[in-house]
Amino acid sequence: MEFTTPFRDADLVRGVLAEIRRTVTRPWVLMEICGGQTHSIVRHGLDQLLPPEIELVHGPGCPVCVTPLEQIDRALAIAARPEVIFTSYGDMLRVPGSDRDLFSIRASGGDVRVVYSPLDAVKIAQENPSKQVVFFAIGFETTAPPNVMAVLQAKALGLENFSVLVSHVRVPPAIHAILGSPSNRVQGFLLAGHVCSIMGYWEYPELAEKYRVPMVVTGFEPLDLVNGILATVRLLEAGKVEVANGYTRLVTFEGNKSAQKIINQVFMECDRPWRGIGVIPMSGWSLRPEFDAFNAEKRFDVADIAPKESLLCIAGQIMQGQKKPHDCPAFGRECTPEHPLGATMVSSEGACAAYYKYGR
Amino acid sequence: MAETLDITGAVCPVPLVHNQQIVLGHGSGGKMAADLIAKTFLPAFDNPALRAGDDGAVVDISTGRIVLSTDSHVVAPLFFPGGDIGHLAVCGTVNDVAVMGATPLYLTVGFILEEGLELSALERVTASMKASAAEAGVQIVTGDTKVVQRGKADGLYISTTGVGILPDGRKIGGAQAKPGDVVLLSGTMGDHGIAVLAARGELGFETDVRSDCAPLNGLIADLLAACPDVHVLRDPTRGGVATTLNEIAKQSGVCITLEEKSLPVKPAVASVCEMLGFDPLYVANEGKVLVILPAESAEKALETLKKSKYGADSIKIGTVSAAPAKRVLMRTAIGATRVVDMLAGEMLPRIC
Repeated sequence: MEFTTPFRDADLVRGVLAEIRRTVTRPWVLMEICGGQTHSIVRHGLDQLLPPEIELVHGPGCPVCVTPLEQIDRALAIAARPEVIFTSYGDMLRVPGSDRDLFSIRASGGDVRVVYSPLDAVKIAQENPSKQVVFFAIGFETTAPPNVMAVLQAKALGLENFSVLVSHVRVPPAIHAILGSPSNRVQGFLLAGHVCSIMGYWEYPELAEKYRVPMVVTGFEPLDLVNGILATVRLLEAGKVEVANGYTRLVTFEGNKSAQKIINQVFMECDRPWRGIGVIPMSGWSLRPEFDAFNAEKRFDVADIAPKESLLCIAGQIMQGQKKPHDCPAFGRECTPEHPLGATMVSSEGACAAYYKYGR
Repeated sequence: MAETLDITGAVCPVPLVHNQQIVLGHGSGGKMAADLIAKTFLPAFDNPALRAGDDGAVVDISTGRIVLSTDSHVVAPLFFPGGDIGHLAVCGTVNDVAVMGATPLYLTVGFILEEGLELSALERVTASMKASAAEAGVQIVTGDTKVVQRGKADGLYISTTGVGILPDGRKIGGAQAKPGDVVLLSGTMGDHGIAVLAARGELGFETDVRSDCAPLNGLIADLLAACPDVHVLRDPTRGGVATTLNEIAKQSGVCITLEEKSLPVKPAVASVCEMLGFDPLYVANEGKVLVILPAESAEKALETLKKSKYGADSIKIGTVSAAPAKRVLMRTAIGATRVVDMLAGEMLPRIC
């Protein structure tokens, strides 16, 4: 905790907030890309303390929220099979598919287990040779290294009963899609600190230049966030376009090269649908063909899945920064954390869940 | 047909004595069940009402009103740092009776045992229940045992029902919180939930966090003697402090505002919560009590609570106001205000 406490120091945070108020001269729209940042902002109430000129809109950086419905339906179909032990990060269990979630699969007798690390799923496969063990490999760049490591380890162990259902997404193509949209309002970005701890931020200067939008690599604690906002506002006010690093205790320009190496060894870029947003070209990672033996989509017959999305949910517009959760007519009525219509109401990083939980 | 029949090797098969493991026969109501009662339960819980061996217990009570509370315990693992299912089964029900302002006197206990449970494990649990009941000053006066097939239960489940006496005129309950009251908490949040989670061995790291499981009736009796004007007492078990305060805010039709800075959390619990994406406000406690009483009595109440070994870290965590009714709010450390909602469903570790 000594690692986080200084970054929650109320006096320091208030000092930076005062500096933001002194710096800002006109309205700016900033997007925090990562759902973890959204939660931290709303949990600590930072949005209430910012000057009215600064509007924060919430980005699509919640891995649970953007996992496409057809992929969740595939997960449900696989998890319901009697020979399968289906393993997943915890917050995927409540995400609604077309008609069920993983919790209801478990209640109906499916063997669905929460794991804290994909390597635990590999261990389960070793211990249960008569079962097919599937891991739901979702996430942004942050969770890619452990997920590919699980595949590499299963291969090294010669496991024939382990596979992964991959639904990986990447931040840069999403920013490209948001900034390229005709309805874009975002003028500055808080980049996702943990994604950059893996990938570095060498991918971003090109984007910043192309769309003339400053970006600041930002952490997750209150002091990190207000510092990130201050740095972005300073760049905007000065008319400068650059990518700055506000999370130097974890992030370097190059990032974690060994992690990037194993990601490239196992994954290749692919088009990927984002739930509520649509297909973003080359925005995903999927398994390279040489790892077909570990590809759950090839191992189980789940090709013909036709998902049915709730018509009320506006998660896509929320994740593109066009609307706020309370703009949705279903928010807090038909759609609550107990009965979510869309994934943004489920995940601990979803914008709707954050707004609901912290009473916005 | 054989000329002779050699029968010298045959003996009548004497049934094996099952004195190591629970088998279905222990729940049959027959001799094995009687044996289990005589050798395991009676020595642990011995008292006249139980010893009578009848279908129900006859107990003496003074005048006043009776408080009844019941709770079922299904914790896994059965043993964890700071407690076990037996300790939990006694303390949980004792505390539920005590927070009504009553003096807990008697418990009933129902055991659901899984075939194959080691008898030594059951004996550790009954010894623990004996110690907890002795500390709480309650008697376990009647009980029941059932055995289910292997795989139909998780080792051992325990249901307990508590009986206590409520003095005339005492009115403590979730609907009694009033604007102007303050909210006290008798110690740190989340110790039990994190200790049990860590004991499951799924976290991949070790902590020295111990469950806070404890009987609070002594502490509560001292508090009520010093501060008879207490409005609400409640133990924030599953769902944690946040969920319990939401229940009280709704029952009383008031607003409860917490001060983030004063919320007590052990550094180890805070660290585990940070890593897994849990909020200690929602993590279970088994040895803490929330106290709501008029502001003018707060100092005396804190002084009294701190004298108990179970209340040494007692602290004021919030205040009660009229509006917005039925809401729990929090003043964050940096001075913003946000809503603190109830826990929705199961608490899930987040992805990253």
